[in-house]
Amino acid sequence: MSGKRVLTGRYFMMGNVACAEGAIAAGCEFAAGYPITPATEIANRLAERLPQVGGAFFQMEDEISAIAAVIGASWTGRKSMTVTSGPGISLMLENIGFAIGVETPCVIVNVQRGAPTTGMPTVGIQGDMVQARRGSHGDYEIIALCPSSPQEMFEHTIVAFNDAEKYRTPVFILSDAFLGHMREEVIIPEAEKIKTEYRKIPAEGIPPSEIKGFLDEEVAPMPIFGKGFKAHVTSSCHDEYGRRNLIDISALDHFIKKLSHKILKHKEEIIIVEKDYEGAEIVLVSYGAVARAAKEAALRARKEGLPVGTLRLITVWPFPKEEIERMARQARWVIVLENNLGQIYPYIKAEAARFSEVSFIPPKMIGQLHDPEEILTTIREMIK
Amino acid sequence: MNEWVHPLHRFKRPTVVHTTFCPGCGDGMIAQAILRAIDDLGMDLDDFIFVSGIGCAAWIPSPLFNADVLHTTHGRPIAFAFGIKMGLPEKKVMVISGDGDLVAIGGNHLIHNARRNIEMVVICVNNGIYGMTGGQAAPTTPMGIQTTTTPYGTVENTFNISQLVKAAGASFVACWTTAHPRQLTNSIKKAIQKKGFAFIEVFSQCPIQFGRKTGVGSAIQMLEDYKKRSISVQEAGTLSEEELKGKIVVGELVDIEKPELVEEIKKMKQRASGEKE
Repeated sequence: MSGKRVLTGRYFMMGNVACAEGAIAAGCEFAAGYPITPATEIANRLAERLPQVGGAFFQMEDEISAIAAVIGASWTGRKSMTVTSGPGISLMLENIGFAIGVETPCVIVNVQRGAPTTGMPTVGIQGDMVQARRGSHGDYEIIALCPSSPQEMFEHTIVAFNDAEKYRTPVFILSDAFLGHMREEVIIPEAEKIKTEYRKIPAEGIPPSEIKGFLDEEVAPMPIFGKGFKAHVTSSCHDEYGRRNLIDISALDHFIKKLSHKILKHKEEIIIVEKDYEGAEIVLVSYGAVARAAKEAALRARKEGLPVGTLRLITVWPFPKEEIERMARQARWVIVLENNLGQIYPYIKAEAARFSEVSFIPPKMIGQLHDPEEILTTIREMIK
Repeated sequence: MNEWVHPLHRFKRPTVVHTTFCPGCGDGMIAQAILRAIDDLGMDLDDFIFVSGIGCAAWIPSPLFNADVLHTTHGRPIAFAFGIKMGLPEKKVMVISGDGDLVAIGGNHLIHNARRNIEMVVICVNNGIYGMTGGQAAPTTPMGIQTTTTPYGTVENTFNISQLVKAAGASFVACWTTAHPRQLTNSIKKAIQKKGFAFIEVFSQCPIQFGRKTGVGSAIQMLEDYKKRSISVQEAGTLSEEELKGKIVVGELVDIEKPELVEEIKKMKQRASGEKE
């Protein structure tokens, strides 16, 4: 294998490997993690490939230190990431909140696995969807992307790095064991065709005490370490200059709202959905691996002359509520498909139920992908 | 007008007008020892990245030191410092935090980075108590002491932090008390120059949450107590475990050369990219 960042070509590649290649193509220099099924292939590939391009993967003592090291490395100006699964995310949550609080770009890949606690490591479930949004304490906004194929494991990892850099925030890739271990065609484009972003940093010559490096809804320049910015970085409540303020409620209000507004203000640029529901009365809403079954079900339904369309959420967070509303105004029936007990369903229902009838279909057994034929049976009964 | 300026004043962040330390706290003495060591070596604060956790000692560099400072979550500063050192290997990385932060909640990161022998300075301020939260027992609180969470006296054995870090594989370990400011400064100088994991434990008085509540007394009484209980590494070598009970073994416990992580990583990258070492 060569020391090139972008391995341009056409491959039969595993989703997890494609994710690692996406990270390297996006300019990742530092990765840290702890072994966990079903995410290990990403770590293995990064451990092999990053040193060839001047970076490195570090196996830490636990997931807590993995995310901490990633944040530390990001503050030195390096694009950084960690890869794990649900139990690892549970351990990382406090420091993910830290990354949000001090506005640290980084990418967190969660190859989701089955059930709460140690569960069933080799089975894909979309069980951590709300955890990504609400798992760390306090109010915050997060960006999360849900790939549906190995090709998207590659592409979305690049999008995740770009969003992280643009908005100075952690970005989740919410994959699962099915996608992680799925092998499909992956096309890696030429390096020039891959767009990469890099965070803004303060202009030279500004006295360090005058640098406003935090809490700007338009994203403050990041006073990265080692450049003489004399940055004071604290996750405790602080102002635009990074000065700790643990006394004024107005400072707290400012701290919480600015962090959230920074993401919400740019929702339109961040949110990506895939729409195929023109003229449809029934719309299947899904994301991730399940979207593959939804697409197939819609295809078969249309062949039978049934008016079925799809809406796929690529960014699940920030939640694309306007897109849901637009879809629901047109549809008579909205069917939400998830490989869980209904995690995003309440959010979709909250937006769609005013305009259409909303229902939820889990797979026959949680941990299976939906059978398109069963989706079709439900649709046929619905429109009887 | 008074024209006198403290010789270390230039190291203070201009926006800081006061410290958060209680009267009699040892943290100010440790801040001075660190800054004197840096000054004596002819270094500048821009040569350093400071990292701290949660607790009183974590507020020694944050926001006081006019440098890049990362004030992190509880127990994790060494793990954050790992990423910083890997990102900026040419800079000195110094972690300053307390015993609760580094040894209780963060103990795993302490021993693993000592094992890795990654080049960084870790200064562990051991006041034997959780000061900031109001005097709860720590893994360093001596047996039998009444604290807010041990109203009938502590019943747990304590950690010998310096011995722990020595056993974990650090290449430099020293232990002093705030009654030894000059010796402490000298050890910090050595630690900064050490190519490896350099750990310094400093016994430091907390007259408010420890001294007053346990009856050990005022800051001065605590410093006198430290002097009385301190015994050199050499002298300690001649004593039995029973005779060492209640003593503080001060001095440099470890000063050795061994493979250092940042250097090893550099070599590994050269191997991976096909360059010659």
